[in-house]
Amino acid sequence: MLPEPKILPDLVVEAHGLTKRYGTQTVVDNLDLSVRRGECFGLLGPNGAGKTTTLRMLMGATLPSAGELNVLGYTIPQQARQMHLRLGVVPQQDNLDPDFTVMENLSTYASYFGLRGAALDARITDLLAFANLEAKAHVGIGTLSGGMKRRLTLARALINDPDLLILDEPTTGLDPQARQLIWQRLRTLLAQGKSLILTTHYMEEAERLCDRLVIIDSGRILVSGSPAELVRQHIEPHVVEIHGRGMDEWFNSIGQQFVQRSEHAGETLFCYLADERPLLDALRQCPELHFMHRRANLEDVFIKLTGKELRE
Amino acid sequence: MSRAFPSITLRWLPVWRRNLRVWRKLSGPALIGNFGEPLLYLLALGYGLGGFIGEVNGLPYIVFLASGIVCASAMNTASFEGLYSAYTRMAVQNTWGGMLATPLSIDDIVLGEILWAGTKSLISSVPILLVAALLGVVHDISALGVLPVVFIIGVCFGAMALVVTALAKSYDFFIYYFTLVITPLFLVSGVFFPLDGMPDAVRIGAQLLPLAHAVDVVRPLMTGQPLPSLTLLYLMVPLLYAAGAFWLATVLFHRRLIS
Ligand SMILES: Nc1ncnc2c1ncn2[C@@H]1O[C@H](COP(=O)(O)OP(=O)(O)O)[C@@H](O)[C@H]1O
Ligand SMILES: [Mg+2]
Repeated sequence: MLPEPKILPDLVVEAHGLTKRYGTQTVVDNLDLSVRRGECFGLLGPNGAGKTTTLRMLMGATLPSAGELNVLGYTIPQQARQMHLRLGVVPQQDNLDPDFTVMENLSTYASYFGLRGAALDARITDLLAFANLEAKAHVGIGTLSGGMKRRLTLARALINDPDLLILDEPTTGLDPQARQLIWQRLRTLLAQGKSLILTTHYMEEAERLCDRLVIIDSGRILVSGSPAELVRQHIEPHVVEIHGRGMDEWFNSIGQQFVQRSEHAGETLFCYLADERPLLDALRQCPELHFMHRRANLEDVFIKLTGKELRE
Repeated sequence: MSRAFPSITLRWLPVWRRNLRVWRKLSGPALIGNFGEPLLYLLALGYGLGGFIGEVNGLPYIVFLASGIVCASAMNTASFEGLYSAYTRMAVQNTWGGMLATPLSIDDIVLGEILWAGTKSLISSVPILLVAALLGVVHDISALGVLPVVFIIGVCFGAMALVVTALAKSYDFFIYYFTLVITPLFLVSGVFFPLDGMPDAVRIGAQLLPLAHAVDVVRPLMTGQPLPSLTLLYLMVPLLYAAGAFWLATVLFHRRLIS
């Protein structure tokens, strides 16, 4: 059975100088992190930035090379077992039991926490509803869609009613509807007072869900703050995207003077500006050019900080 | 990280129970796979070869062979479980990764897997014993005493297999273990023929290995001959191997999975 609830600290994660080296490669480099109780904290960064490694250290699944780490008031990795009683994990790679039904996956996972009996049955019923999987309770997981598997993994992570949930790319590879459903569920969990740490490639997801976030690259924090703060502090407020024949000539001779900063991505030119009007006026004189004006968002910050080139 | 002896708690039980649950779902085909092959050996060699050999150590060959086959089958079953099945759970399905996010530790998982391998050996020995009894090659009810020995063999070889799994980069690795360890053991442990005729070096060497003593205990249990006076000491040999391999496996899995 679950232990007596312990008073939760104000900071559910406190990391100082967290470092992970594999051979000569430093994958996580002297990271300082703090996650407040009840918030959704985002860990963003390009592929290979060290997000998964960081999360694995937080959950005690990878030993840090250096640094101090406290999660839910427990010293990690020493007290990882006690901490696990109050932690839920949605790993990047699904690890559902392929030989089991949806229901068996939940009850077997519950057994790892020592949970059983009527209270568990009720909990499983609730979680099946939460995950929209009631109709699939007795179905083998081989037949589930990607979204269903992700929701089952989320439900499984909630089996012990955790205080903190660690989600590594919970919506990667899902279609927009499936993603929306997960977002909704994560918001419900936040409303219940749970703390969330998530990594994602989708800036829209981070912008919608995260109270605070850090963007990391090569294992180092580039920036941290709320999504709105980051947009305010790190990028011009307006973006105009331009493409079309003769764009480069036009930009070099005319457009450039109105723009603070610009960047090419494929055949599109991204212009970042404090005041968009002069550029838009000039663009309206050129029927050859297509353009779109929008407010700057987190994706623009991310691209500015981590570059446009593809990482795989 | 340097580690002392693994911590032993009852938390191995959910790991063991999970494997049992999977086995119960898939038991039909698995069971036939498990005892089909040893049964073929017993029938083909027992009757076929037995016709030429006649008696061995005063026993009809098939009676002599049956006890060896029971032990060899326990060794094989546990080895497969600790190699292929455990590797699948560790590296392919990431079942262990899921467990490690819960209060279960590597020590719990390894112990659960070892005891499961023992259980699997036990389960697969039952039909072989039954068939042997139906064929009349089992002496009397004291043959049931074989079951705990079979469990010990399974625990021993399950633990040894997990050491290999902890070092394996892929399934291909296991074939070396079978060729270099399991098959030679199979041949020098008194399964098919008594060791008396072997060179001294082989005979004494085999006494240091985990299977031969188990065969020496199982054979009298199945044939109704008196047990060796050192039976308990004999059984300590596979148990010592099991304990050593358990410890080594936890060290290696810590290194592989957590560092
Ligand atoms: N077990 C490991 N051994 C060696 N290198 C690793 C290991 N795990 C991760 N890495 C390396 O660490 C870097 C960061 O990986 P990861 O944390 O998975 O990044 P992300 O989740 O941000 O994509 C990558 O270069 C990866 O190859
Ligand atoms: Mg990752």
